[in-house]
Amino acid sequence: MSPVLVRRGVFLAGGVALFILVLAGRAAAAPPPDSCVGCHENLGDRLSKPVAGMKDDAHAKRGLSCASCHGGNPARFGMDAHDRAAGFVGVPSPKQTPQFCARCHSRPEVMRRFNPKVPVDQLARFLTSVHGKRLAAGDPNVATCTSCHGVHPVRGVADAASPVFATNVPQMCARCHADPARMGRYGISTTQFAQYKESVHGQALLDRGNRQAPGCNDCHDNHGAVPPGVTSVANVCAQCHSATRDLFVRSPHKAAFDVLGEGECTTCHGTHNIVFPTDALIGAEKPAVCVRCHPAGSSGLAAAGEIRLRLERVKTAITGAETILARAARAGMDVSETELDLNEARTQLIIARAATHTAGLPAVDPPTQAGLAAAGRALAAGQAAIAELAFRRRGLIVALAVIGFVAVALWLKIRELEARTHP
Amino acid sequence: MSVRGWLEERVRYQGVETFLRHKEVPRHRFAATYYTGGITLFFFLVQVLTGLLLLMYYRPTADAAFESVRLIMAKVRFGWLVRAVHIWSANLMVLGVFLHLGATYFGKAYRRPREITWLTGGGLLVITLAFGFTGYLLPWNTLAYFATQVGTEIAGDVPLIGRGLLVLLRGGENVTEATLSRFFGIHVAILPAVTTLLLGLHLLLVQVHGMSRPVAVPETGSEPFYPHFIMRDVLVWVVLLGGVAVLATLVPWELGEKADPLAPAPPGLKPEWYFLFMYQALRMLPARVLWVEGEMIGVLAFVLAGTLLILVPFLDVWAKRERRHHLFTVAGVVAVLFVIAMTVLGLRMEF
Repeated sequence: MSPVLVRRGVFLAGGVALFILVLAGRAAAAPPPDSCVGCHENLGDRLSKPVAGMKDDAHAKRGLSCASCHGGNPARFGMDAHDRAAGFVGVPSPKQTPQFCARCHSRPEVMRRFNPKVPVDQLARFLTSVHGKRLAAGDPNVATCTSCHGVHPVRGVADAASPVFATNVPQMCARCHADPARMGRYGISTTQFAQYKESVHGQALLDRGNRQAPGCNDCHDNHGAVPPGVTSVANVCAQCHSATRDLFVRSPHKAAFDVLGEGECTTCHGTHNIVFPTDALIGAEKPAVCVRCHPAGSSGLAAAGEIRLRLERVKTAITGAETILARAARAGMDVSETELDLNEARTQLIIARAATHTAGLPAVDPPTQAGLAAAGRALAAGQAAIAELAFRRRGLIVALAVIGFVAVALWLKIRELEARTHP
Repeated sequence: MSVRGWLEERVRYQGVETFLRHKEVPRHRFAATYYTGGITLFFFLVQVLTGLLLLMYYRPTADAAFESVRLIMAKVRFGWLVRAVHIWSANLMVLGVFLHLGATYFGKAYRRPREITWLTGGGLLVITLAFGFTGYLLPWNTLAYFATQVGTEIAGDVPLIGRGLLVLLRGGENVTEATLSRFFGIHVAILPAVTTLLLGLHLLLVQVHGMSRPVAVPETGSEPFYPHFIMRDVLVWVVLLGGVAVLATLVPWELGEKADPLAPAPPGLKPEWYFLFMYQALRMLPARVLWVEGEMIGVLAFVLAGTLLILVPFLDVWAKRERRHHLFTVAGVVAVLFVIAMTVLGLRMEF
């Protein structure tokens, strides 16, 4: 071998070694090549959409890639990447979707790596839901995971843009449940969302953004969505309205509703259309709800009328006290202390209103009596202030009479003095 | 020995009696202005009396001040009346002081030999305004709290000493309980003590020199000070007492809300009417005049005007020769018109 060739060989080997080193360095610095993104982002339309959506995706944010869910071999290019041997799944069918997500979401050992507190019972609950049962029975039109959570991106539930964020849930459910075309075949009504929007809960959640207020999922469950049913609906309400529930359990309605198969709370308050309760709800005449079951002249209706009367008495007493106190305040009297009594009366009225759930006078009577007494004290204070005002006016007249008398006497004396000085 | 004799030996009051019997008050077409001093004195005496009564119940702490005033208004027998009279009489006293100032200024009562009477009067004018300013804070309600904040801020615009004056008045950087407690001390101890001294001297000098006759006003005679003038003075007082009683009973002063230093300043904040002309004038000044802050120039101008007013006996060299110089009449009329115009503007202005 000539020295020239040897020298050339050394140069060549050095160059190749350098090239390999540079390549290896780049490979170590960059993430492994993902051919899914590389191809799909250039395919356009339906096939590139998932790539664009993934920047907001909760999975992508935690480092998962396309292949984490869809399988295949992203190291290969073109259709070779769709390698069935490497577990490639294209678009899962609706029937496949729950199991598709459950591969991770039902496995505590996987999920706790990302968030140890995240529930892993979604699939189990879904299988108990009406959606899940129908899916199992072969109905592909029901909601599965992606119907509610979206896909590409699947946003986290705490992301306000997520369709399952608390204030978005009612609108999200309504996409199907307010659509007569979708619901017609199941014979399900589509008025729930319209009613809910006007309800006390809907206004709190949707209008005021109060996330403490219940959306659809708080009563129906989310993954295990079913109508709560007559036997359990009261338990659902009691999650928040526990004090009212305790009062209701003491009422004769409890046993009667159990026998009649009535839904307890919902019998009087309704379901999706629960409005802010007023005193008009109770009483012996329409629009009181009592008349729906209790016939005219019955003892139950008489009791309802009596309860309503107690409430009205307290309200009248409070209004009367407020009126006279406002009058006294306008006249400059200090009646700020009576605010305590007025507040006490208002509090007792609230207690009495809650006690109407016992449907009995024994529970309603004490707070109404206490409310009447407190309002009475405020009224008396107001009357005393008005009387004091009158006393002040009378006192002023007397004082002015005395002052006037002294002034006139002085004036006469001065005239007499001046007459003597300048006759 | 008779009682009179016994007393005379010890008190020597007959000198005063003889003095009073011979004291004469001149009569002329402006003689009515002589009542302005007596009117002011009457309101001052009412202030002392009602102030002492309020002192029995008032508590000068941020926690208790507001509640104690409410207690006075709601629970203390005739407390409402005493408080309302104290406020009405305070406002009327300020009015009386202004009227008395006008009467003596335009009558040139400051001329020789009454220069010291004028100086004590000037001191009493400042003290009266200080009484008003400090007393206004004491109920510790929202309006008072923020008005004091604005008022002490203006004091901070006085050139050179402004910053120190502000801290001295507030008892710190902000209006706090420290401010309340020093305003209370100033209102019920320092000012009354100084007033007693100045007022004593003022009244003594009035007796020594007698009533001043306005320059170039022909005298139509005179009448005895006692009993003629005194009787009419008392008649005026009795009528004023009736007026105060009507106002205090029928037009009560609201207490408002308790001051909350953390709350935002309420809208429509403006000072008491007797400070309004200064406040309004300062508000109307541009933010900057050349390189100096506008408000500072305004405050300086008011300090200068006040100084000139107090020194007027020594500036008006024509008055002691019984001559009117137009300069002082015109200056006085301009000042009165300025005060009235600024006050009216201040009252009408949307704050």
